Amino acid sequence: MNIAAGLGVTVCLAAALTPLIALMVFTAQHGATLLSGSFLTHSMAGVGPLAPGGGIYHAMIGTLEQVTLASALAVPIGLLVAVGITEQPTRGLTSAVRFLVDVMTGIPSIVAGLFVFAFWVVGLHRGFSGFAGSLALAIIMLPVVVRTAEEMLVLVPRSVREAAWALGLSRWRTIWSVVIPAARSGITTGALLAVARVTGETAPLLLTVGNNSFINANPLRGAQASLPAFVFSQSGSAFDVAVRRAWAGALVLVGFVVVLYLTARFLTRNRKLG
Amino acid sequence: MRLEAEALTCSYGGEAAVRDVSLVLEPKQVTAIIGPSGCGKSTFLRSLNRLHEVAPGASVSGRVLLDDTDIYGPGVDPVDVRRLVGMVFQKPNPFPTMSVFDNVAAGLRLAGVRRRSVLAETVERALRDAGLWLEVRDRLNRPATALSGGQQQRLCIARAIAVDPQVLLMDEPCSALDPISTLVIEDLITRLKDDYTIVIVTHNMQQAARVSDVTAFFTIDGVGSPGRLVETGPTSQLFSTPQESRTEDYITGRFG
Repeated sequence: MNIAAGLGVTVCLAAALTPLIALMVFTAQHGATLLSGSFLTHSMAGVGPLAPGGGIYHAMIGTLEQVTLASALAVPIGLLVAVGITEQPTRGLTSAVRFLVDVMTGIPSIVAGLFVFAFWVVGLHRGFSGFAGSLALAIIMLPVVVRTAEEMLVLVPRSVREAAWALGLSRWRTIWSVVIPAARSGITTGALLAVARVTGETAPLLLTVGNNSFINANPLRGAQASLPAFVFSQSGSAFDVAVRRAWAGALVLVGFVVVLYLTARFLTRNRKLG
Repeated sequence: MRLEAEALTCSYGGEAAVRDVSLVLEPKQVTAIIGPSGCGKSTFLRSLNRLHEVAPGASVSGRVLLDDTDIYGPGVDPVDVRRLVGMVFQKPNPFPTMSVFDNVAAGLRLAGVRRRSVLAETVERALRDAGLWLEVRDRLNRPATALSGGQQQRLCIARAIAVDPQVLLMDEPCSALDPISTLVIEDLITRLKDDYTIVIVTHNMQQAARVSDVTAFFTIDGVGSPGRLVETGPTSQLFSTPQESRTEDYITGRFG
């Protein structure tokens, strides 16, 4: 019986890991053929449909700016919401906010993109920009940040808050100087996971940022490239050179996400709550 | 400063946990509060620095005079009360992400003290007063959570006295500690009483007998009924010739 159970577990484990490992190996094999210093430092400016060469420099700049801006929006707002529902619980409001956050978690990313497209890009006549993409990504990140931050804040023992109150710290001062620092590594981990989650989003970016073969370092104006959009457009080509560029772009994207996950894991491992 | 409770009733969600307590806590002496579990002694203690009211649905009626000011009077900010009335808790609760130094300095920094020299001086004095300086002077920058339980509790005492409060409330400060650490803290209480009004809640009658000058005995009439103050008096007298039969039953171990 034990042998059968062990065998079953092993088979399931293999079944679960195979697609993951296959995906990593496949991407690495295909992507590595083109990956080079030149690929990382050149844009697609002036590269014809059949021409080799070109690179993802412009897409890396775009992704970096869009994701950074999205984090700058979603992390502080998400943290404030989490603080609001853990530290100042008013029964009706708290459960309403929790419910809304749960609903937000389920919003398909393309709907977030469509919303920003309708509201910002078209409605307010702002046009495509990296910032519009950040808005869409922030909408996707927000519930993840709120949920993880909330869980971490709840883990801070009540006795620590009481110690701060007894010392004459006001409620807000206690949250700022004692509770948030105590939950800091967990909150950072949640934020990094949220970043990793949106880094690969393609659909909302195509609706809000567009795509670009040139370097556009200004996230506030005009279409920008991004790694997922780069992979999407190159892989749609009929020509082998473009498809190979798509694989190399995908490898860089996966590498970026893996680094974020590893950082998050490292921070979680070092977490210490009193 | 002198602390005086007048007809104090503390409730949770409308249910009184301790009812109609009137008790004077004199400066420069240690008052012990003893009694069986659930008699409201911790609740009473927490009402003295307005920490009782942070629990959802908690309320207080009656007065608590700190010298001549009612700390429950209109316009009194609980934050100001807590700066004058410090507290040490049952379980050591240092701030988890802060170093030893930062834990003791936390209250001062809040009060706007920024100068390194002033901070360092006050932290050293508080740690010396708490009897911890010799043990931690080489590792002030290590995390406070790396200290032992007894050291953490003395650190919490140092943190409380660093802001120079007038009253020190202690809620079973030794119940999570080993006998040696308990001894160290009891010695400390005896030394600190020259400077502070000390109120200590304890489960341990021997401890009350060892450290306190005055003892107040709380009890409940039955499960679910509110706690009340039965008797108060000089510790030696309360333990040798109690006036009330319930006190005698408790201290002789007939119940509780």
